[in-house]
Amino acid sequence: MSASHTSNKKSLAVAALRNGTVIDHIPESTLFKAVRILGIENLQTAVTIGNNLESSKLGKKGIIKVSDVEFDENTLNRIAIVAPKAKINIIRDYEVTEKREVVLPDRILGIVKCPNPKCITNNEPVQTKFDVIDREHVILRCHYCGRALTSQDAVIE
Amino acid sequence: MGNNSLVSIADINKAEILEILEAAAYFEAHPNHKLLDGKVVATLFFEPSTRTRLSFETAVNRLGGRVIGFSDAGTTSTSKGETLKDTIKMVSNYVDLIIMRHFIEGAARYATEVTDIPVINAGDGANQHPSQTLLDLYSIYKTQGTLNDLNITLVGDLKYGRTVHSLIMAMQYFNPTFRFVACEELKMPEEYKQFCRDKGITFTEETNFSKDVIDSSDIIYMTRVQRERFTDLMEYERVKDRYSLHNSMLDTSKPNLKILHPLPRVNEIAQDVDDNPKAYYFQQARNGLYARQAIICRALGIDLSTINRSSDC
Repeated sequence: MSASHTSNKKSLAVAALRNGTVIDHIPESTLFKAVRILGIENLQTAVTIGNNLESSKLGKKGIIKVSDVEFDENTLNRIAIVAPKAKINIIRDYEVTEKREVVLPDRILGIVKCPNPKCITNNEPVQTKFDVIDREHVILRCHYCGRALTSQDAVIE
Repeated sequence: MGNNSLVSIADINKAEILEILEAAAYFEAHPNHKLLDGKVVATLFFEPSTRTRLSFETAVNRLGGRVIGFSDAGTTSTSKGETLKDTIKMVSNYVDLIIMRHFIEGAARYATEVTDIPVINAGDGANQHPSQTLLDLYSIYKTQGTLNDLNITLVGDLKYGRTVHSLIMAMQYFNPTFRFVACEELKMPEEYKQFCRDKGITFTEETNFSKDVIDSSDIIYMTRVQRERFTDLMEYERVKDRYSLHNSMLDTSKPNLKILHPLPRVNEIAQDVDDNPKAYYFQQARNGLYARQAIICRALGIDLSTINRSSDC
């Protein structure tokens, strides 16, 4: 197999983007949580979602390409809950014009559901609120009932 | 939370804890003091807790305030499907302070977010019960003359027992040495052991409630081992008596030792301990009255240093 053949195959795997956002280096186990956090299922523009792609850093990874949409910073930072090492590329006219990393906020409003069935947020119409108590391992604590959870266990609302 | 609500022991710092203990000592000397004249306090008990409710209501009455409320949500609009938010908003129209107990965890924190009236958490499920912690601290302080440098042994259900977890958090300021005595199924969760490591608090874990442990303790804090906590009932039968305290076990204990228990007790403290002067659990419950008087005054912004103490009645 020639080098050019391999390269050609790779480029076929994910279509090139003229304008939009590429979110790379999402762990393969949390890709679909990231999709939900970004609200991608409601978008009307072209979206490419790839998973279990080879990655030198993560082993396997997921990637999301969204045409003609640039997410605001707060929205992008929310995916740090499930993909703390995600890389954002903003594409304009086929060129990467901006590269960004996601930053985990200190407090997460909404998005994550508290796993404690006796928590007030699962019993009244209350927006969930989590404090990030361990940035390295991404451990969150419910502001209301005190239950701690890891990002792996996070259920996205 | 822009007021003096008390939801969790973690909401108050060392200085505030000491202020509350000082106020509790004052109320023990002067239990009847009309500081709440003209004030109305709601006790909203969405789950029954006779002991805690009577203690809070006595505290309000001894301070000269009036109480409205309910002792069981079955008789309220909650049974018609009213949200907690609406109940709190409605009651806030009438009262100066809300004291609430709820089976839902986080209910009191949420209540502070929907009202400007101060809220005291009298227990929210398995989560927080700060007035219990403050009465525990007051009992330790009163019997030992200090909170500093004590050997404190926690026995029984250390996994689910919220009182022992809150006590660890509150004692962080006072250089305690902890012994955690529990069976494998009910041992102290890693979260609280990590808390101790982070705060430089010395602790050891034991599965035997041994003579050595008892004889070196200043405080033994007993908790109830509940049958329903066990997945394996054989294991429950095996351990239930291993963490029971009998009078004969106290023969060579330290003279200053006191036995605490949040009550109700079942078999974990034998009846023959009750007459030992080292048994302190009934006085401990009485201390709850003084601690709650102090908590109520703090919540209402009543500064004890400015009142005319000669007006005691």
